[in-house]
Amino acid sequence: MQDKLIHKYKMYGSNIVLDVNSGAVHVFDDLSFEVLDYYGKSTTQDILDKLSVKFNKDEILESISEIDELVNAGQLFTEDKYKEYIPLWTNNRVIKALCLHISHDCNLRCGYCFAATGNFGGERTMMSPEIGKKAIDFLIRESGSRRNLEIDFFGGEPLMNFDSVKEIVSYAKEKEKEYNKKFKFTITTNALLLNEEKRNYINENMNNVVLSIDGRPEVNDRMRFRVDGTGTYKDILPHILDMAESRNQDNYYVRGTFTRNNLDFSNDVLHLADLGFKQVSVEPVVAAKDTGYDIREEDLPVLYDQYEKLAHEYVKREKDGKGFNFFHFMIDLGQGPCVSKRLGGCGSGHEYVAVTPEGDIYPCHQFVGMKEFKMGNVNETEVNRSIQKNFSSCNVYSKEECSECWAKFYCSGGCAANAFQFNGTINKPYKIGCSLEKKRVECAVWIQTQL
Amino acid sequence: MKHIKTINGASLTNSGECQTVAK
Repeated sequence: MQDKLIHKYKMYGSNIVLDVNSGAVHVFDDLSFEVLDYYGKSTTQDILDKLSVKFNKDEILESISEIDELVNAGQLFTEDKYKEYIPLWTNNRVIKALCLHISHDCNLRCGYCFAATGNFGGERTMMSPEIGKKAIDFLIRESGSRRNLEIDFFGGEPLMNFDSVKEIVSYAKEKEKEYNKKFKFTITTNALLLNEEKRNYINENMNNVVLSIDGRPEVNDRMRFRVDGTGTYKDILPHILDMAESRNQDNYYVRGTFTRNNLDFSNDVLHLADLGFKQVSVEPVVAAKDTGYDIREEDLPVLYDQYEKLAHEYVKREKDGKGFNFFHFMIDLGQGPCVSKRLGGCGSGHEYVAVTPEGDIYPCHQFVGMKEFKMGNVNETEVNRSIQKNFSSCNVYSKEECSECWAKFYCSGGCAANAFQFNGTINKPYKIGCSLEKKRVECAVWIQTQL
Repeated sequence: MKHIKTINGASLTNSGECQTVAK
C-alpha cells in the first residue's frame, strides 16, 4: 500500500520522487533513493545492515532523518483524503461550454480523421445561424449561475461556414450583459481558407485558435490532403505562420497528430519549433487496430524514448533562450486547479457538450453520431439527464485503474471517448493512452526539476 | 537538507468558472 503513495523514477541521472497525494516533488540523491525502498518496511537497524556495505552509516541515518522530516511535513507518504470531494463534482448539473459543429463538411480528407473526413458519418451539412443562436440560448439557460462560458467552433472545417460563425459570435456578445455572462471563443481550422479578413476577425474575437499541421512536410502531406489527394503543407504553412505572428506567438496552438508512420515524432515537434512556433502540440493518434497507422503496445518503448529526447531538447532550448511550449509538458506544480476539477477532468457530457449542425446534443465532439449518446436537441427544452449523470459520476475513483494510479491528479482519468472506443465503457480507461500520459507527466515533472 | 532537494511543496494539499488539467 505504501508504494502506491509515492512514484519514484530516474531520468537523465535525476532521482525523482513524486508524493502522489500532496503533489510534492523531490529530487533524492542515490543514497536516499535507495533508503526509500526500505523506509517504513524495515527497522533503522535493518536499513543500516542492508545499505552500509555501499554507503556511510552516518549518512544513512541523516537520510532517514530527512525522510522523517518530509513525512512529518505532509510531503511524503501522505494519505489520499480526496474522496470526500467527489460530491463537489458529481452534484454539478450545469453546462458551461459548447463545442459547436459549425460545419460537417471539410475541404480536406485527412487519413486519420475521427470525423470520417468531416461529416461524422452523416450528411455533409452546415450549421445555420438560427441553430447556433438556439445553442447559445440553450447554454445560457443550462449554465445557471456560471459566468464564464465557452464556445468552440469546430468541424469539419469551420472556415467553410464563417458567416455563421460571425453571426453566432455577435449574438452571444449581445446576450452577455443581459444575462451577466462572459463568452470565450475558440476556433479550430486546417488553415487552408485563412486570409487577411478571416485572420483579423479571429484575432479580434477568438480567445484561442487551433491550427492543424502535423510537422515535417512529408509527414503532414502523408495524412493531411485535399479531396484530390494533394498535400497541404506548402499552402497552409504561410497562413499558419502569419496567424501565429499576428497573435504575438500567444493564445494559439499549432496542433499535429503523429501515427505509427512517424514514431520519431519529436522531429516533427522540433520542426515546428524551428519554424518559430512557440505554442506546439503534437499528439498520438487514437485509431482502431485495423487502420495500420494505430499506436500499438510494441511502439511504446520507442515513444517513451522520443518523449525523453524531446524533454531534454526542451530544457536545452529553454536555457538557451529559444524555448517553446509543448502542450503535454505544461504542468503547474505550484497549485493547479481545485481538487474536484482534478477528480473529474474535462467535464464532457455534463458541463461540456457538442452540438451538431442539426442541433443534436452529444457528450463531446468525439461522441457525435453515436445515437445511444444523443442527449437531446437545442430545439427541445429537456436534456437526457441520465446520460449527464453517467458522465458526471465518472471520476478517478469510479475507475479501478485510475484509483490506483500515481498520475490520477494530473490526468484526471483520461478521455471518456477513447475509453468507450476501446473498452465499450467510459469507466475503463484506454490503456495505451494511460501509458503515454504517465510518460508525459514524468517528463513534465523532470523538466520542472531542471528549470 | 543534504540528501533531498524539494522542488515544490504540497501543491495538491494547497489547491466551475475555470476553462474547460495539469487563485
